[in-house]
Amino acid sequence: MSETIAFTPETLDQVHQIIARYPEGKHKSALIPILHVAQKEFGGWLAVPVMDYVAEILNIKPIEVYEVATFYSMFNMKPVGKYVLEVCRTGPCMLNGSEKILDHLRTSLNIKDGETTPDGMFTLKPAECLGACGYAPMMQLGKFYHENLTKEKVDEILELCRQGQVALD
Amino acid sequence: MSKKLLLKDAHIEGIRYFDVYRKQGGYDSVDKALKMTPEEILEEVKASGLRGRGGAGFPTGLKWSFLAKPEGVPRYLVVNADESEPGTFKDRYLMEFIPHLLIEGMIVSSFALGAHLSYIYIRGEYAWITEILEEAIEEAKKNGFLGKNILGTGYDLEIYVQRGAGAYICGEETALLESLEGKRGNPRLKPPFPAVKGLWESPTVVNNVETIAAVVPIINITGAEYAKIGVGKSTGTKLISACGNINKPGVYEIDMTITVEEFIYSDEYCGGIPNGKKLKACIPGGSSVPIVPANLLLKTINGEPRLMNYESLADGGFATGTMMGSGGFIVLDEDQCVVEHTLTLARFYAHESCGQCTPCREGTPWMYKILKKIDSGNGTMADIDLLWDVQRKIEGNTICPLGDAAAWPVAAAIRHFRDEFEWHVNNPELCLTQNYGLANYADPIPVAAANA
Ligand SMILES: Cc1cc2nc3c(=O)[nH]c(=O)nc-3n(C[C@H](O)[C@H](O)[C@H](O)COP(=O)(O)O)c2cc1C
Ligand code: SF4
Ligand code: FES
Repeated sequence: MSETIAFTPETLDQVHQIIARYPEGKHKSALIPILHVAQKEFGGWLAVPVMDYVAEILNIKPIEVYEVATFYSMFNMKPVGKYVLEVCRTGPCMLNGSEKILDHLRTSLNIKDGETTPDGMFTLKPAECLGACGYAPMMQLGKFYHENLTKEKVDEILELCRQGQVALD
Repeated sequence: MSKKLLLKDAHIEGIRYFDVYRKQGGYDSVDKALKMTPEEILEEVKASGLRGRGGAGFPTGLKWSFLAKPEGVPRYLVVNADESEPGTFKDRYLMEFIPHLLIEGMIVSSFALGAHLSYIYIRGEYAWITEILEEAIEEAKKNGFLGKNILGTGYDLEIYVQRGAGAYICGEETALLESLEGKRGNPRLKPPFPAVKGLWESPTVVNNVETIAAVVPIINITGAEYAKIGVGKSTGTKLISACGNINKPGVYEIDMTITVEEFIYSDEYCGGIPNGKKLKACIPGGSSVPIVPANLLLKTINGEPRLMNYESLADGGFATGTMMGSGGFIVLDEDQCVVEHTLTLARFYAHESCGQCTPCREGTPWMYKILKKIDSGNGTMADIDLLWDVQRKIEGNTICPLGDAAAWPVAAAIRHFRDEFEWHVNNPELCLTQNYGLANYADPIPVAAANA
């Protein structure tokens, strides 16, 4: 990561629009939305200097940012691969074979849960119910849901990822 | 054909956009409501008998009437779109396909509550839906339904969407408010209730997406007409998200008069169970409500057909009944393992506990570990009793209901399926390669005729 951490002027503009959603003096409410923006802008995870920078923008103590960032599962506290495969494994997905999908990913990528492939392409992140229970098994990739998965469909998605053809945003 | 109030237009091409939505009569309730007084709107909502669709089923009119109104203090409406209860995906459907219905309901509700600033708190993973909602808000604003001086009435309202970041507990209303204030999602001690001290210590109403959407038909057809749909205290229509082992998973709008049997087996709804398999069990209201075996699902203990409504699903209490909850309908067929299914739910609650209360923080991972032990063929009979004991000690001993929500599924699984747990203990090898199956749960009743 480069020495100075700063949002681009466009992103900074977006950040100020977020802050304007709340009444005077309630700007701390912007913390979680801004952390989403920061995670996206600074490599998919929240390093300490990034969190410090967000604290500075909101004029709050760094600890107020750390305690929030570590609470929510969507914020990554360590580097992740380019494609984070978030596979739901809660009850309804389990009934429709999510474990088989997870096993298939574990073997074909040769990584364990939470690990990243050596080439930095994929991170496997088992997830809890993502609100797609009727379209199980499923996984989230960036902003999008991939539903009604089969092993073949998963292979296809992995291949498209390698070719850089899967949209994350 | 069931009566549809919320999703009747959901399949119309382009209904996501303002012009098409408006052409179908969209925003008529705003025209009407802004000519009424807030008190008159409240009376309509009370008369409708609408009950909160987020899970607890609390009467919405009554909740609104609790809102404190001190002079010079702002009031807020916060819509709960956190939707993280396993089995539940109805709010997603509503927001994704007919977002203006929620915005319309929010305008009417905010006006009735005297709020000029309202938020939709949506689970962080629904990022694409956030964009759909923001677009709908933008369109509504352009057409004079939001912003300053709405329709020339002098009423001002802004709506913003706030994304969470992955935490089931933020669906609990006080945790949601903490999160909306930029903090960890730790539930607050109640009282004070949000109606008195909510967002930024101001009086706040928190309602589910579907609840607020239902205000639109209530204003359009009147509360009295709305109350005529359904039965007893289950008025109006309810969205049910159906999943698990069924032929047609998805979101259905029902009028709460149909039987559970019809819901599972008729082609209008779930279309039966794939591959001709038998029904083993069901969790009809999201992961937190008790699982019931097929025989108790289709008929109450008195032998009456069970209906898809609040009273009938709860008939028999926890001994033989269950709950409507959030309407997350999870079906298990004869090949499924109740121990394994319960284990995934226990893992879910352990993952989602905020950690403030010892019984919940320590008890939920403990239940998960015991279930894991039994599921992997390493359990003992004493473990089953221990599991029962642990869940008993969580229930009722915590700040928020997540503790109960974690305990109930485990309790119900042991209550109704104890022989399956014991079979795992007695067959440590076999249980790794084979499931217990249907056993005798569904036998006492001839399971559902195809034409049911
Ligand atoms: C652990 C927990 C999670 C909850 N999750 C949700 C949720 O995702 N959506 C929701 O509307 N209500 C949820 N609730 C219920 C809310 O606390 C609250 O009762 C509800 O939003 C009120 O709205 P209603 O009266 O319109 O149902 C949850 C409650 C608990 C205890
Ligand atoms: S019951 Fe669990 S989730 Fe609720 S406040 Fe206590 S520890 Fe947190
Ligand atoms: S259980 Fe997987 S999305 Fe709900």
